[in-house]
Parts: sequence; C-alpha cells; structure tokens
Amino acid sequence: MIKKIVYNICRMCPAQCPVQVEVENEESRFVMGNLYASGINGALCPRGAGAISMIRDDERPQFPMIRKGNRGEGKWTKASWKEALDYFAEKIESVRSKHGAKSILWSDGDRSLNELHKAFMSGLGSPNYCNENSAGLSNVSNASFSLFGFDSNHFVYDFLNSKHVVLQARNMFGAIEIKDVNDLLDGLEEGGHLTVIDVRSNITAGKADKFLMIKPGTDYALNLAVIHVILEEKLYNSAKAAVFINDLEKLQNFVRPYTPAFAEAETGIKADDIIALAKTLAKAAPAVIWYPGQMAAKYKDSFYVCRTAFIINALLGSIGAKGGVAIAATPEDAGGKGLKKLTNLVLKIKENRADGLGWMYPHFEDKGGLLHLAFKAIQTQNPYPIKAYIACGSDPLSSYPDPEAIKKTFENLDFLVSMPYCWSDIAWHSDLILPLSPYLESDDILKQVNGLHPCFFIARKCSKSKFDTLPSWQIISEMAKRLNIVPLMFNSIEKIWAYQLQETGVKIEDFDKTGFVGLSKKLIYLKKENIKFNTPSGKIEIISEKMEKQNIPSLLNYAPKGKQSEGQFRLTIGRCSVHTPAFTRNNDLLHEQMPENKLWLNSTVAEKLNISNDEIVLIKNKDRSGKIKVFLTEFIHPEAVFMVHGFGSGIPPESRTKEIGVADNILMPGGLDIWDVSGGGLALQEHFVSISKIT
Amino acid sequence: MSNYIFRLDTRRCINCKACEVHCKSSKFLPPGAKLGVLITVRPTQVVKGRRIVAAFAPCFHCAKPWCVSVCPTGAMIRREKDGIVYVNKELCVGCKSCIVVCPWHFPQVDETSGKIVKCDYCMDRIDAGLKPACVTACSVHALSFGKPNEDAAKVRDSFGKSTMVNKDWGIKPND
Repeated sequence: MIKKIVYNICRMCPAQCPVQVEVENEESRFVMGNLYASGINGALCPRGAGAISMIRDDERPQFPMIRKGNRGEGKWTKASWKEALDYFAEKIESVRSKHGAKSILWSDGDRSLNELHKAFMSGLGSPNYCNENSAGLSNVSNASFSLFGFDSNHFVYDFLNSKHVVLQARNMFGAIEIKDVNDLLDGLEEGGHLTVIDVRSNITAGKADKFLMIKPGTDYALNLAVIHVILEEKLYNSAKAAVFINDLEKLQNFVRPYTPAFAEAETGIKADDIIALAKTLAKAAPAVIWYPGQMAAKYKDSFYVCRTAFIINALLGSIGAKGGVAIAATPEDAGGKGLKKLTNLVLKIKENRADGLGWMYPHFEDKGGLLHLAFKAIQTQNPYPIKAYIACGSDPLSSYPDPEAIKKTFENLDFLVSMPYCWSDIAWHSDLILPLSPYLESDDILKQVNGLHPCFFIARKCSKSKFDTLPSWQIISEMAKRLNIVPLMFNSIEKIWAYQLQETGVKIEDFDKTGFVGLSKKLIYLKKENIKFNTPSGKIEIISEKMEKQNIPSLLNYAPKGKQSEGQFRLTIGRCSVHTPAFTRNNDLLHEQMPENKLWLNSTVAEKLNISNDEIVLIKNKDRSGKIKVFLTEFIHPEAVFMVHGFGSGIPPESRTKEIGVADNILMPGGLDIWDVSGGGLALQEHFVSISKIT
Repeated sequence: MSNYIFRLDTRRCINCKACEVHCKSSKFLPPGAKLGVLITVRPTQVVKGRRIVAAFAPCFHCAKPWCVSVCPTGAMIRREKDGIVYVNKELCVGCKSCIVVCPWHFPQVDETSGKIVKCDYCMDRIDAGLKPACVTACSVHALSFGKPNEDAAKVRDSFGKSTMVNKDWGIKPND
C-alpha cells in the first residue's frame, strides 16, 4: 500500500470536523477523523463517511450549465468555465448598472470557511451577504448578544469537564459534532450527569441520567421556573453573581410568579423534578452547562428560551468556568496572532442592508444576516430591490419554510445563480449552475478555530477532480478578475494561505504533520476577571438597553400555550446521524442507511386514530399535504409529531429520491412570516398538522 | 475463532451507523451488501431510563468455518496465521454456498460483480499495523479491536492498581 495521508476539513455537514484521508494515485481511499485533533482521535460520523461515495457519484452537476427553458424546467446548455463565468460577469454587471451593487444578494450554506465569499460581496459593493442562520442559530446567537454583547461563537461548551449537562431541545448524539459528542461521553464516563429535555425520547435521551418529556412549546415556562427556584432558594453565590450580573433584582421580581407548580401545569414536568433539577445543578456549579438550544428550539418565544438558558448558566457561575460555558480563547489569548482576515482586503460596505439588520434591527449581531427578510426585500422591493441572488452551498428551498412562496418571490429576480456541490432544489431552479468541487477534490482557505486550545486548520485537496468542477476560492478569483476586484484575484491557494498566515509566524509546512497548528501548549481558561463583556456596563445585562429601545422586552411574560385543538399536532423537526438535511438525500451510502423519513406519532394517539405502525398516512396543514409512513412510539409527547428535516421528493436528476417521505418545510405555509423580531429566528415549530388514514 | 477480539461498548455507542458506512466506503461496496452490521432495537424502557440497545455483527471468523468447508473453488480461505476468514475474489464464482451454510448468513453478494464479499477485518489494514475501518473511525470510539490477551492484561493491570490506590497505601494512580 503506497498511500499518503492528506489533511482536510469535512464539509459533509456544517460541523466541519477535521479529517485525514488515505490517498493513493490521487484518489481518496479512506476518510477518517484527524488522529491528532483533541476530541476527534480518528472518529468520523456516517455523513463524513459518505464523502467518498459523493465524489464517485455521477448524479451531481458535472460542468457549468446555463438555463435554456423556464426556471425549474430542467433544460440546460452545457458551458465551459470561461463561458459560464463570462455570462455570470455580464449578468451581474447588468444588474449592478441598473439597480446598484446593493441589489445583489449572496447566501452561504456554511457558517465558516466563507470569508472569501464575504470579501467578494464587499468587493462587488453589496452589503447583502447572508448565511442560513435565521433558520438555524439566530435566536441563540442574538440571545448571547443581548446578554453579553457578543454572539455565541465566543463560547465553547466544556463538555469534557462538566459535572452536569442539560440538553434542551438538542439531540446532540443524533446531530453529531464529533468533538462535542466524544467530550460529553468522556465526561459522562468520569461521573458527569446528563439531563435531557425534549418532546421525544431521542437518541440523546437514551444516554441521559434523567429524561424530562416536555409539552411542546413550553420550554420557556420551565426555564423561568428553574430561575425562580435558583433565586428563591438562594442556590447561587449572590456576592459573585452581583459582580458579573446587572439587574438581578429585576430578574428576581420578574420570575416570582413563575413557580414550579405553575411550570408543572404548563410543561407537564413535575414541580418536584424541576426543583430537583435546579438543586442538582447548583450542587455541580460552576461546572454545569445548560445548553442554549440549537436546531429544534424553534418556537415564537425561543429567543427567550435561549436567553433564560444563558441566564441559568450565568447565575450558576458557569460562564467562563472550567466545565461550564467557557470562553473561546483566541490566538491572541495564546500570545500569538490570528489569521489575517480575507475580508480586510476590501472595504466594508456602509450601505444599509436589505434585510434591515443593523439599522431597522440594531439589536442583532450582524454576521449572518436574516435571509428570510432578504427574500421579503426581493418580493416587496423594499427597502430597495434585490435583483440578483447567488446561493453558494446553500439551498433555502430545502432549509426555509414554504418553498413555493420562495419560488414565487424569485420571479422578481433577474438573475439566480447556484454554486452547489451536488444537486439541490435551488440548483435545479437557477439560471446558472457553477458546480463546486466537493471538499475531497479541493483546497480551501485556512480555518481558525478559537477554543480552549486555539488552532489553525488546513484543508488540502485529496482526490483529482472527477468532473469539470472548481473549488470556491478559484471561482471567486475568476469572478474577481472579470468584475475587476483586484485584491481577490488570487492565482493560487498558496498565495491565499500566505496572506492569511502573514502575521502569525506560522509556516505552511507546520501543517504537514497533523493538519493543524495548535497555538497553545495547554488549555486556556480565561480568568473571570479578564472576561470582557461588550455591554455598556461591561457586565452581563439582564435588561438590555438595545432591546428596550426597540420596545422589545428584556424579560418577556410567559404566554400560556393552552390546549391544542383536537386532532392537531405540533410539527417538530430535527436531525439524524446519517443525513445532512437535503444535502445527502441522494448519497447512495447514506440513502441506503435511511431512504425516507418517517413520522413519529404517539402510539396511544395512533390507536384512537386506528393507525398502525408503518402505515402510510396523510399529513396535512391547510392546503399543503403529503404522504408519509408512521413510526409509532410511546416515547413522543401526544401533542407532537416529529420528522427528520430535509427529506421530500428531490429533483429529476436524483434517482434515489423518489417517494422518500415528506419535506417538513412544504407543510409550513406562510412560514416565512412567522419569525421572532426579538431574536431573528424563524419559528419553524409553530405549525400544526392533522393526520388521517388514506382510504 | 480468529486471534482477535471485537467489542462494542454499548455505553458509548450512539447508534449512528458510522461503522457500517465506513466499512462500505473503505471497500467501495455498492448498495445492498453490508459486511459489518449494527443491530439496534427501538427505544426501550429499562430500569435506569430509556435506552437504545445495540450490537455489532461483522463475522465470527469461526475456528472451523462452514463457509470454508463448503466452498467448491477454494475461494473462501481461513488464514492460518491469525484465523481471519476471507474471500479470494479471483476464485469466487458466486455460487452462494457459503451464505447457505453460514448460520448467521454473514457472507454477502456484491451485486455489481456477482461475487461474495465478507468481513475480513480489513486484512490489508491489519497487515499495515492499522485497525479495521469501522473501528478506526467509529464516531465515538465505541468499537474496539485487538488481541484478547493483550487487552485482558491492560484491564487486569488497571483494575489491580485501582484496588491498591483505594486502599490508601500511598500509591498514586500512575505508579
């Protein structure tokens, strides 16, 4: 075996775990987790294992394509890269001269490794760069921003050293980010305690010391009651808390009515269990983590669920603590220098954003944008028209609610470009497809990961390209050449790496041995005195001036959820280990693992409806419906149904995606308008469906 | 049985199926054939709470394998040095006798070539000093693979030492 090891960063899901690849004759033979990265030690999840089958698959766009017929009709002309990029530049130039640069929108599917894309948009002159956070992490991010003055990326959850972890609406062992999962399992082996709160007993609940099934939509009531118990029973160090937290008294007065008994009536979780949870947490403090939610916490008041989760951590002293919600150390904290930002190559655009972020909504952090509001701008041409849209590794037709409404919105676009790795709904619907090389076939920019052990990671090409696709850095360079964005005209990835590394003292050879460069010898826990909160008072602020100015309450009264109408179920969604929503639905190895999504339905409820396991039922919300197999279980709350996100019928070139269950987002009519103005997140779990037998 | 021991730590396993996908990916297997299989049952109520129970089933690599005895072409081979049972693809004619006689039906058919494929503990990896693909990249290090006696020695050693540490004889865990 003459094989060499090449280091890369997995892009099969947004977690971006570091990998190493056994390469023979410029072909990837085996991909595994990076052996040297802490918490990884060779491990890689099944989605990551599907990377090789993705590059071997013919069923992905193999060359640039220009649309011939109507949008979505599937008629294409094959183009060379020169033709495709010339066409791109010509169309973008025409939109820019007619409507101004700001009428161009970009969305990324990934949350990092996208600096060049941001720089490109600035170089073009548009402020309208978005990721898909408003269907994902916006509420968490902005909850952090409102309390601490910085977003949740500044935190790192120290699962390894935690004595008690609470996962609320977070199926961590189902979604799988390798380091977090292994750190938590290691922590549990060392005697750590795990509490899982969810509407269903998911895979993570299967590892929990305590599982609390909660009535869907009532998490906020639970969190308020936990704060009530902590404050009333003085389960926290009040002297220390007063040093770091402002307005504690207001918080105490506010939570007074939210007793455990009140929460029991709302959530269905016994008051005694709530008190016990608060007490066991207090005992383990400050090495505790109340995870502030992710994928599944998508209710109208989820921003406040996230805020109260952070507040519980703050009260218990976990913010910045070992085993708690630690602060992610930067290269500077390690005495070094960070990677030079590629966005510094171009001027920052001062123009108002189309989604209102920063001026209409000054209380949000301004990194990921609010893509659903950018769509609104396309539709209403307000505050100004958006006429061109570039979706890069992003597929809002799968990840955002109500794809039919989005497609209608797109009718106002003069130009819709997709840059996909594999087929996607938006690629099929676009005017121009610029196919990206999958990560195994491409180099990428260096990645800085802040954390207890700040590092730089490298992503090197492993396989030669099977088709006529290009890596994103090269596409950007080519676009820059045609649109005269001089600083981004890179001729090689080495030049980009050299730019990024120029202030760090790190050389590119330093990555050869392990695929990354660690910047500190030991773990860095910032001392509490050295943590700087970016709030006006420099403390954690329970009452946020920015929010209050916008007439958004810092402390929101809980609105009781009441009884759900008979025959209606709350549609809840989530992740699974073997698929990245929509992205892997046609991957042959992952499709084999899970060809369709099934609908979790409470077995007692099903008995009343005379529905049996594996029966195909009709699921319906207003005028939208689909057919899906049911999975009957007693381990889901009777008021909820659950399905894995990102399935549905796929598009014609994907042969493996026929009859594969239902896409949750088609069951969310009007869903683009159901969002939370306090946190920016779409409330994807405020939709109710009926289930009936197919006769 | 082979000279190796294969174990699944069910306390760590999160039923993610990475083992199956790594196996198939590393051997470029088409859909259908699965060499190692992670078998799980639906969520179950047990004394300590709700658990999802799993077991990993590759191939037992029997000491006297039925599949080897029955193979008419000598394609199914038991490697003398360590007991690994594997297929010589050149010789396999795809008659499937091995599947019929295997009480657990471990051998699989590669439908693109019509020949038998089965778990060979990733022999080439083992010979290169590595571990099988499923073990190497298991999401949570729940799968382990090794020589039983070496494994036992480690466990005995650490157990023995831990009892002495607990007796407060001034012995530290790393002594």
